[in-house]
Amino acid sequence: MLTLTCPYCGIAAEETELQPGGEAHLKRFGPGSTDAEFEAYLFARKNPKGVHFERWRHAYGCGKWFMAARDTATLQVFGTYSAQTPHPTPEIVAAIQAHRPDWQPDWLAEPTTQTPADTSAESLNA
Amino acid sequence: MAEALARISQVQDWGMIQIRADLSRAGDAIAEAAGVALPGQGRITTDGSRTLGWMSPDELLLVLPRAETAEALAALQDALATEHALVLDVSDMRAVFRIQGAKALDVLMKLCPADLAAMPQDGLRRTRAAQVACGIWRETDGYVLIGFRSVTDYLRGILTGAAVPGTQLDPR
Amino acid sequence: MTETGPFRLPRGGRLIDRAYQLPFRFDGRQMRGVAGDTLASALLANGQLMMGRSFKYHRPRGPIASGAEEPNALLGLGQGGRFEPNQRATTTPLVGGMVTASQNAWPSLNADIGAINNWLYRFFPAGFYYKTFMHPRPFWKHVFEPIIRRSAGLGKAPTEADPDKYEQAYAHVDVVVVGGGIAGLTAARDAARDGKSVWLVEQTPHFGGRTPTDHADGQARVDALLAELQGMANVTLRRSTQATGLYDHGYLLVRESLADHDPNAGIPRQRLWRIRAGHVVVATGALERPLSFAGNDVPGVILASAVRDYINDYGVAPGRRIVVVTNNDDAYRTALVALDAGLDVAAVIDARSTAEGALPAAVRARGVRVLTGSAIAGVKGGHGVEAVKLCAHSGSGQVTETIDADCVAMSGGWSPVVHLWSHCGGKLNWSDAQSMFAPDPNRPPTGADGKAMASCVGAAAGDLLVPELTGAQAESATMPVWVMPAHAPRKMKFKMWLDFQNDVKVSDVELAAQEGYHSVEHTKRYTTLGMATDQGKVSNINGLAVLSNALNQPIPATGTTTFRPPYTPLTLGTIAGEARGEIFQPLRKTPMHGWHEAQGAFFEPVGHWRRPYCYPKGSESHGDAVAREIRAVRASVGTLDASTLGKIIVKGPDAGRYLDMMYTGMMSSLPIGKCRYGLICSENGFLIDDGVAARLSEDTWLVHTTTGGAERMHGHFEDWLQCEWWDWKVWTANVTEQWAQVAVVGPKARVLLERLGGKIDLSPEALPFMGWIEGEIAGIPARVYRISFSGELSFEVAVPANRGLELWEKLHEAGRDLNVTPYGTEAMHVMRAEKGFIMIGDETDGTVIPQDLGMSWAISKKKADYIGKRAQERSFMTDPGRWKLVGLESLDGRVLPDGVYAVDQGANANGQRKVQGRVTSTYMSPTLDRPIAMGLVRQGPERMGEVLEFPVAGQESYKARIVDPVFYDKEGSRANG
Repeated sequence: MLTLTCPYCGIAAEETELQPGGEAHLKRFGPGSTDAEFEAYLFARKNPKGVHFERWRHAYGCGKWFMAARDTATLQVFGTYSAQTPHPTPEIVAAIQAHRPDWQPDWLAEPTTQTPADTSAESLNA
Repeated sequence: MAEALARISQVQDWGMIQIRADLSRAGDAIAEAAGVALPGQGRITTDGSRTLGWMSPDELLLVLPRAETAEALAALQDALATEHALVLDVSDMRAVFRIQGAKALDVLMKLCPADLAAMPQDGLRRTRAAQVACGIWRETDGYVLIGFRSVTDYLRGILTGAAVPGTQLDPR
Repeated sequence: MTETGPFRLPRGGRLIDRAYQLPFRFDGRQMRGVAGDTLASALLANGQLMMGRSFKYHRPRGPIASGAEEPNALLGLGQGGRFEPNQRATTTPLVGGMVTASQNAWPSLNADIGAINNWLYRFFPAGFYYKTFMHPRPFWKHVFEPIIRRSAGLGKAPTEADPDKYEQAYAHVDVVVVGGGIAGLTAARDAARDGKSVWLVEQTPHFGGRTPTDHADGQARVDALLAELQGMANVTLRRSTQATGLYDHGYLLVRESLADHDPNAGIPRQRLWRIRAGHVVVATGALERPLSFAGNDVPGVILASAVRDYINDYGVAPGRRIVVVTNNDDAYRTALVALDAGLDVAAVIDARSTAEGALPAAVRARGVRVLTGSAIAGVKGGHGVEAVKLCAHSGSGQVTETIDADCVAMSGGWSPVVHLWSHCGGKLNWSDAQSMFAPDPNRPPTGADGKAMASCVGAAAGDLLVPELTGAQAESATMPVWVMPAHAPRKMKFKMWLDFQNDVKVSDVELAAQEGYHSVEHTKRYTTLGMATDQGKVSNINGLAVLSNALNQPIPATGTTTFRPPYTPLTLGTIAGEARGEIFQPLRKTPMHGWHEAQGAFFEPVGHWRRPYCYPKGSESHGDAVAREIRAVRASVGTLDASTLGKIIVKGPDAGRYLDMMYTGMMSSLPIGKCRYGLICSENGFLIDDGVAARLSEDTWLVHTTTGGAERMHGHFEDWLQCEWWDWKVWTANVTEQWAQVAVVGPKARVLLERLGGKIDLSPEALPFMGWIEGEIAGIPARVYRISFSGELSFEVAVPANRGLELWEKLHEAGRDLNVTPYGTEAMHVMRAEKGFIMIGDETDGTVIPQDLGMSWAISKKKADYIGKRAQERSFMTDPGRWKLVGLESLDGRVLPDGVYAVDQGANANGQRKVQGRVTSTYMSPTLDRPIAMGLVRQGPERMGEVLEFPVAGQESYKARIVDPVFYDKEGSRANG
């Protein structure tokens, strides 16, 4: 049974205090997306043996969703971090590579600025 | 008959106000309106009568004598009128128990997966007690546990069950 | 003093107190033991060597061990609700007045009819069941299965509820040392000296392990360590505490016995500790292995270490004339202990060609015959050992000599107890030098930090003697002996037991190998080796060595089966902990719950809530009560406790556009003071919740969810807010329990509410349908929503939860002459169905989209996006052939059964009748006095008037006509009062 440290309240919570939320960093595809994009968004999951990024909610705690980077085979936890980031942070990447030197990010190197999903109010209130 | 591990009693006369706001912006205004200093992450501050607890990075809980609730609610709403903030009276949705006595920690250790022995003196820990959510902080001679109103009977049942005489956690 | 039985030795027994005699019963016979006995030692002291029968052949069985590894001595313990099957006599402390019974024997332990299987063993080889009961197929269900079921299972299940209490507790400890032998005690002291918090848990009631028995000055060494540990404030010592499993991230489960010895102490019988350990030190010692010789299962053939335990610890002689058979030096200790106790040691049979160490020399010096290069060819005796036939170990079993004996002390070497190490991924190495699997310190189980979360010390690490702690001298090497004699013929192997409980023999494992079972995991399941309640603690290594030999491969190539927790069985009671009876689950109660109870309400579970289903009066049936409640509501006025409805506050400058994303409909355009019904879908497009939203102010909405959906929907809201639109300025709060809510429903609803008085205007002008208003009713601050789920004039009154009961009681007081009637969830369900309103969970099942339910009106066409919109555009969702909501009118006046399917023409690929729809809600309508139903039917709305057939097994098919789902008040005028 895992323990993960909630980055929002600093509590090392055990699995019974947490709610799992599946793969992290999915990019939402809404109306206007192709069938292939939408299918991939809804159904395609990486399910790797090894380094994986997941969503967890500190449900019996501060209620915040956070991200965890861990190895699905050894259950080693490389770190937990904010949910408000489109990709794992550079600190997390460094922590993973410290233990898994051969591991490389599979997203394009780009600054992990705190940019929320691209949904403008105008398009919604049309 | 040996004594129970702790005295379990229900508190009926507390009011509670939930505050959600950007604490880095509105913290000072909240502290002033609440009359208690802003607590740090995972902590409470108290003046003996009012207690302000850190519930999450953007949520506080003000616990105070029930009679002062309406006034404090208005004061907080005033203080945060220009902020994006939520101030709600949640006095009726909670059940509050005191767990007091030398073995109070034993009672909670039977129910909560949290390391309460390691909790700071002014800590506030949100966790679960058996199957329901709760929040716990220290008080003279024991602990305060808050949970949801609908499970009051359940909370009383698990707390008194865990406090049965003769069941202290010391090695035997 | 022979009061405690003929086999109690006149002296000795370091764990017993002869001053306290304890009477107990075994199979109805009165016996006596002494304080400190285990059940096994007490039975042995009384000369009761035979304690049970094996599972498959019903062979007579006595104990072969003295601890947790015991496969044979399993008893039924206790009576009534406290009866427990399969209790290990070797680890059960004797309690005065205990009632025990042997198992798996009928009519009696000595004359068991099932033992006929024993004479048929040639016909029950490995895989017998798989091979025999395959054909003819129909025989399985009617012939084979009932017979097998009757004879299956070891021990009887208790028939009464367990009267004992159990509890759990959590602990967070830096270092947990498992095993209170000398290695564990030392490891605990060392960790404690480093300032860490340390727990030491020991499965037996005594610290010290084997050291006091096996090593000179052993007790003194143990006592010195204990004294030091007891003086350390950061050390916790727990006896009778069994570590059962090590799981992810240092999660260690430990069972502590609190009152196993005293059921009347009034405290929990056992406690399950759920420990988070920074590090676990595995100091669990080693287990002795049996030797595989013909007749090694006859009662009286006992592990050498157990023989000396019974003598030394309990002052009990397992026999008077003992033969020791071994492949190592350690077993010679047994000969010495037996001699010291005044027992005869007829011979030591050593498979090794030489035995020249200090221990063999000491035994020879006492005048005992030591026969090297020798083996046992067979054991004479049925219910106990009578004599032992000897042969050369290197040969094929020609008998050279027969020795009279009543006990055989056997030792096939030792295996470290690596279970905890292995539970979470620790790896093992095979040591040829020691003939054992030992932990590989370079491949430990790892924790959250990627580092070792456990380490092994002492015998568990493969260091059997721990000379630096015990002072033991080096011993000669153990010789691998997997079959005795080395070239035993096949016939002899039919009598060599590997798994004593499940009756798996050397011949079975060899047969499995011959039949192609090369994987140890497959062989285990085919032969059932190691699958008994002892989980193969003494049998597994011998079994896989035999398998390796049969496959002609080295032992590490075969490997071990998986070590799975628990190490010893856990009671279900400890797993349940406090969760039983009234606190089995958290039952959620509304502020009016006590009133409902007092009125005799029949409750139904809705999530964890208990809601009144109906309020039967006197001997009234539930159906009659529901009908009465509905008629009262439709005729006058009724009240429903709606406090359980989810209530979520959504506030902020972006709350409107946020709710537009969460709901299919438009919430941002809702005027202040108004309510709107809304649907919430998952991103898959499926309808997951519904409810009425009210706009409280410019930036604040209160949304209602279903009773079961409050927490789930609040989580759903927070998920999207925190993880997708985290820059939107919105706060949410789940205030479900802050409010008590009462639906006041029926043509007289307004009349009743107005009678209560208060500062609130409930007139149609001030509070029109789908409006809300705030004020005071009967002096209670209230918010009133004019919404209707019944089709009647309806006000939902929300008041602070603490005043809910007061409002409810006032309504019932004031409305007596109006026949104000409390109604339950079933009346609510029927009334909404009469109106054709859907119910989440009835009309939806996770595959239904709002469009299927004719609810396109609740989906905004103007919005560019909402959760689920894109999914609802997928081709499967827009397929005109989807099943859609219709009403169903029973043709013959019978109420359609819930969930039945409407059949179509033709059959599918599996030869099953095709279906074209199903019933989702079905009731007898008291209002219309006829059955009503709703269902989902392929292209249903286009097929009005068609008749569908619903076959039901054992009944005449139901027939129903497709009709409009609104059965009552189609124009909706009643909601206006």
